[in-house]
Amino acid sequence: MSCWQTVQDYGLRSIGIGERLLPKTDFTLCQHFTLIGSGLIWNIYFGVLALIIGFFIASAVAVGKNAQNRAIRKASEWFIFVFRGSPLFIQFFFAYFLFLKLKQLGYATFLTSAQAGALIVLILNTAAYSGEIFYGALRAVPRGDVEAADAYGFSGWPRFRRIMWPTMLRLGWPAYTNEAIFLFHATTLVFFSGFPTWKQQGDALYYASYFADKTFNPFVPYPILAFYFIILTLTIVWIFGRINKRLNRHLPEERRKKLRIRPNLIR
Amino acid sequence: MFSFCSDPETLGTVRWFACYLTTGKHMSLYWSVLTVLSLLAITAPAALAFGFFGAMSARSHVLPLRWLGKAYIAVVRGVPDIAFFLFFVIALDQAFEWTRHQILCPDWTDPIRQGNDFIVCDAAKLPLSSAAQWVHEVYGFFLAVLTFAIVFGAFAANVLFGAMRAVPRGQLETAEAYGMTRRQTFWRVLVPQMWLYALPGLSNLWMILIKATPLLFLLGVEDIVYWAREMGASANRRFTDYPHGDWRIWYFLALLVFYLSFTRVSEIVLERINRRLLHGQATVGGGSR
Repeated sequence: MSCWQTVQDYGLRSIGIGERLLPKTDFTLCQHFTLIGSGLIWNIYFGVLALIIGFFIASAVAVGKNAQNRAIRKASEWFIFVFRGSPLFIQFFFAYFLFLKLKQLGYATFLTSAQAGALIVLILNTAAYSGEIFYGALRAVPRGDVEAADAYGFSGWPRFRRIMWPTMLRLGWPAYTNEAIFLFHATTLVFFSGFPTWKQQGDALYYASYFADKTFNPFVPYPILAFYFIILTLTIVWIFGRINKRLNRHLPEERRKKLRIRPNLIR
Repeated sequence: MFSFCSDPETLGTVRWFACYLTTGKHMSLYWSVLTVLSLLAITAPAALAFGFFGAMSARSHVLPLRWLGKAYIAVVRGVPDIAFFLFFVIALDQAFEWTRHQILCPDWTDPIRQGNDFIVCDAAKLPLSSAAQWVHEVYGFFLAVLTFAIVFGAFAANVLFGAMRAVPRGQLETAEAYGMTRRQTFWRVLVPQMWLYALPGLSNLWMILIKATPLLFLLGVEDIVYWAREMGASANRRFTDYPHGDWRIWYFLALLVFYLSFTRVSEIVLERINRRLLHGQATVGGGSR
């Protein structure tokens, strides 16, 4: 079987298109690359959606933690504390059994699938981590900027939308890039934590461990997985670098913050 | 456990729970909490040691050693940690067995990898097939500790590498001016001073390490996640004196609370340590007191 044939059979296997049965014996390098790459679709699905939706919630949480109103502030603080203070792995397990309970009671039956349920957990989780980052950035917005906005007659929502929010993003962006990288890493946990894999349609790590279990040889599938993830990481860094450039475009050259990636915050 | 537990069916709610929560299986759950704590107690210094050597080699003057150190830091951090856990547990096991095979059975001619099997001679098996159950468990735990130490060592190496560079250049220049050798400068000036700069990063790492402990479950150790799943599942009247429905959600809620309080307590303690270390230092935080 040619490699191109394998790609046609298994390239979209993780979303249910193509050959139904996974290869059982005589695994080729091509099959390794194709299936693990196919699983990467789910990692990208979880990562991109959680990042986009989580971004808006995170902005809201950051503003909430900075709010004058005690109730809103406490709620935001607790939200951040619960999701940052406990392991994501346990959050997945807990959420899965919670959704299972809801399903038994007849509500929201679709939530027990990984595609919906795990996505919700990831959204809330990244919202908490990014919310803390954005909160720190919001506190660091220069007082002069805000005073200048006041002098120009900005107030309320326009002031936040036009002055504080962009500055907050600009200041928090390097840390937020780290968070994005680790969010994509965290997506590999989904299929190892309660959420069932439907018809063996899993993510990249699921297929990598499938190969490792079958061949009892970890030295092929995991390096391939690492290869894919390093490419994914570099892509994220590139995209976020472009955004960083745009956020900083009004600043003189020497004051622009270069995006220095210091990945030392994981969950 | 208690004398009134002999016939659970007749008990009231409070007594029923008192009996239920002290069954033999629950005792295993409480023991597995100790497993987690001992993993933390062993892994933290081991990871610190790995990190120290990683950081040392990353700033070495010998080029291959420097590359090795930097590659260690970069690769481990660029790939999901859980992938490393799954990888190292098998890879380390096979590496040990392969080494023992080469030493103990030099006259063995068959290839070790036959298709999908990994076959070493009986004497090289780890642990030996005749070994007691506890040896298997300890070996599994040992592999888990080593895996954790390798992965988190890379993060610690990153932190320490940054801390070593954060020590003011003037301090090292002074040491050199006093005629200290490179080695003396490193051990007598750089290392004692770097901890202050490393502490925020290391506290962060400790939090991460706490939150990574449930991954032990994936390494095949019978940890709290394993027992919570096991005992939360609905228990049938035929097999147990304490039948109940699907309680896994409550067990995981308990785990969630356990981890939340653990990280909260750590946060408070680390904050205290940090304040004490900053005391008297000529920094913004230390100057105010």
